[in-house]
Amino acid sequence: MEQVIANGLYLGAQYALIALGLTLIFALMNVLNFAHGQMYVLGGFITYTVYGQLGLPFVMALLASGITLAIIGALMEKFLFRTVIRRSLREESTMLLAAATAFFFDAVILLLFGEKQRGVPKIVKGVFNEGGIIMPYDRLVVGALALIFIAAFVLYMQYSRVGRAMRALAQDRVAAQLMGVKVDRYSMIGFAMGAMLAGIVGGLLVTITGVNSGIGGPISIKAFLMVMIGGAGVVGGAIAGGFILGMMESIGLTVLRQYGDVTYLAIFAALMVFLSIRPNGLMGKPWG
Amino acid sequence: MINRRSTLKSMVLGAVSTLAIAAVGIPSAQAENKELKIGFVGVTSGPAAAWGTSNVRSMQTRAAWLNEKGGVKIGDDTYNINIVTFDDQKDPKRAIAGMEKMAQEGIHYVVGPNVDDGAAAVRPVAEANGIIYFPYAFPKALYQKPASNAVLGMIANYQSGPAIYKYLKENKGVKTIAFVAANESDPLSQRDSGVEAAKALGLDVVAQNDTYQNDTRDFTPVLTPIVALKPDLLVLSGVAPANAPLLIRAARELGFEGLISTETAQDAKVLEEGAGEYANGFISVGGASTPEIASDEMKEFVARYTKMFGEYNDESNTKVYALEYIIDTLKANPAAINNVDEFKKTMDTFSAPNPFLKGDAKLSYVGATSFGQKRQLAVPMVVNEYKDGAFQTLFVGSVD
Repeated sequence: MEQVIANGLYLGAQYALIALGLTLIFALMNVLNFAHGQMYVLGGFITYTVYGQLGLPFVMALLASGITLAIIGALMEKFLFRTVIRRSLREESTMLLAAATAFFFDAVILLLFGEKQRGVPKIVKGVFNEGGIIMPYDRLVVGALALIFIAAFVLYMQYSRVGRAMRALAQDRVAAQLMGVKVDRYSMIGFAMGAMLAGIVGGLLVTITGVNSGIGGPISIKAFLMVMIGGAGVVGGAIAGGFILGMMESIGLTVLRQYGDVTYLAIFAALMVFLSIRPNGLMGKPWG
Repeated sequence: MINRRSTLKSMVLGAVSTLAIAAVGIPSAQAENKELKIGFVGVTSGPAAAWGTSNVRSMQTRAAWLNEKGGVKIGDDTYNINIVTFDDQKDPKRAIAGMEKMAQEGIHYVVGPNVDDGAAAVRPVAEANGIIYFPYAFPKALYQKPASNAVLGMIANYQSGPAIYKYLKENKGVKTIAFVAANESDPLSQRDSGVEAAKALGLDVVAQNDTYQNDTRDFTPVLTPIVALKPDLLVLSGVAPANAPLLIRAARELGFEGLISTETAQDAKVLEEGAGEYANGFISVGGASTPEIASDEMKEFVARYTKMFGEYNDESNTKVYALEYIIDTLKANPAAINNVDEFKKTMDTFSAPNPFLKGDAKLSYVGATSFGQKRQLAVPMVVNEYKDGAFQTLFVGSVD
């Protein structure tokens, strides 16, 4: 059982980090970024190229992933989403745009990086094996880094000037604008941060799970699941959703294994019941 | 007097003249050739993109090579090969649309689809439009009478599985076996036939219900309970090349010390990058894959493929064969070029040299034992063992 809990906690940490960027963009702009998984994949491939192919330090690769995705996110907000939000009264327009960018990224990534699964050398070798728990050291490092990133993100949102402005935007866009918050500027920063988080987590996890051009869609779906559990647009909700999903997956795959692949069936069934009782998830929207 | 304008004029005239001479004066053999369109309907995007992409690239590499040599002589005519591709995105509905597109283009020979449901879905379209197709899918109903238009393009798991288990039982002392499969039709059917074969051999099946979502990225929770059972052999039924290294790595990191195998083709580079030394000893099935058996022509194919696409895919060791069979069968009976009934007649007696293997290996259609009719390509059943970035031949088998 110790192993099952350890697996669940590790999965939860990585899932929470994946969901953070998605929920940030949703909170700020009410945009469901269907391309979040593709941004994760792109981050993974950048780390693969810089660290795995060019042999540069892993930290540099992680930085490259984060910065590249931040730039892409900022450009997407400025030239695509801002324009569509300004010109269209229908919320579905941004969803269609997000879906289109997801397909676009899928095609570009396939073209640039090929169809194969890619992996990089382990950042730390060896396996922790004590007290009935087996956990490779690289997972422990990645899990710890994920927790550090989550904590840094929460602190930044709570105490920095930019974070406070973004929280104000998420709570009431019009009121924030009337109080002098530059909506366009902070929307762009928020989108860039969301994309950067996707890139960083993609870069982090390429050391554990590798990356391939086809996993963007499934990653997005899993991120949406976590956000739905925790409550859309709520940072704490995304973190809670990630850990709940990770734990449910780990326990389900052990307890229900005799019945075939019913773990996700059970998770989806539980989610349907849960959402019918709490449609806004655990923590609802907006944050603050 | 030569000024700037007249110089430019001369240059333009010169260029046009050169192009005109090139166009008129070099009526190449290729320009006179007829065109033979061969189709591909399969998956070249999404998580399973590697399966179809290796098909398409193998066909394009071989076609470019043959066209470069002046085309293919079939009967009295010489043809350039034109590969027409359609990405079905692993969706049966799109596979049907793809096969309909092939029919509209007058194509009679199509490679693919890559998965069971796609291969089953296109059957009515193929049969109604006189198309012979070469799926990489294992349901026997596709190849048994009354079906007659599908030809299995590789070794089925129910053919390779028993051979692998038998070998490991006799040579490595395997007594207990566990299966894990993705929750999709192909891997699940492969798992079921694998379990059946293992039981028939007297092996103790300790796990057979464990499955995973095909988009799983972390397999530790999936494998934790299986590794605790300590089987001698862990079979990754129908595992996609993208998932194989992740499963191997997770099993080894959890302390699994037994053997790991699969009946599907894998890629050495993907295993090396994803699992490193953990992949040593991993057993899979390939085609003309190892230096011991590959001919010089196969080596040139690999070089050309690498030059065209930047990196070779070891799955193409099997995927290289389908186009070769189509062309050589048409050479053997030119009347089949627009008549698949003629093609079917030829299949029963067809035999041609296998250009990809050393020695006097032959291309022929097999499958009489498994399907009651010859509806399978005789691809060599090479069982490989991965070792330090490359495959080594464990043993070579065949199908009749």
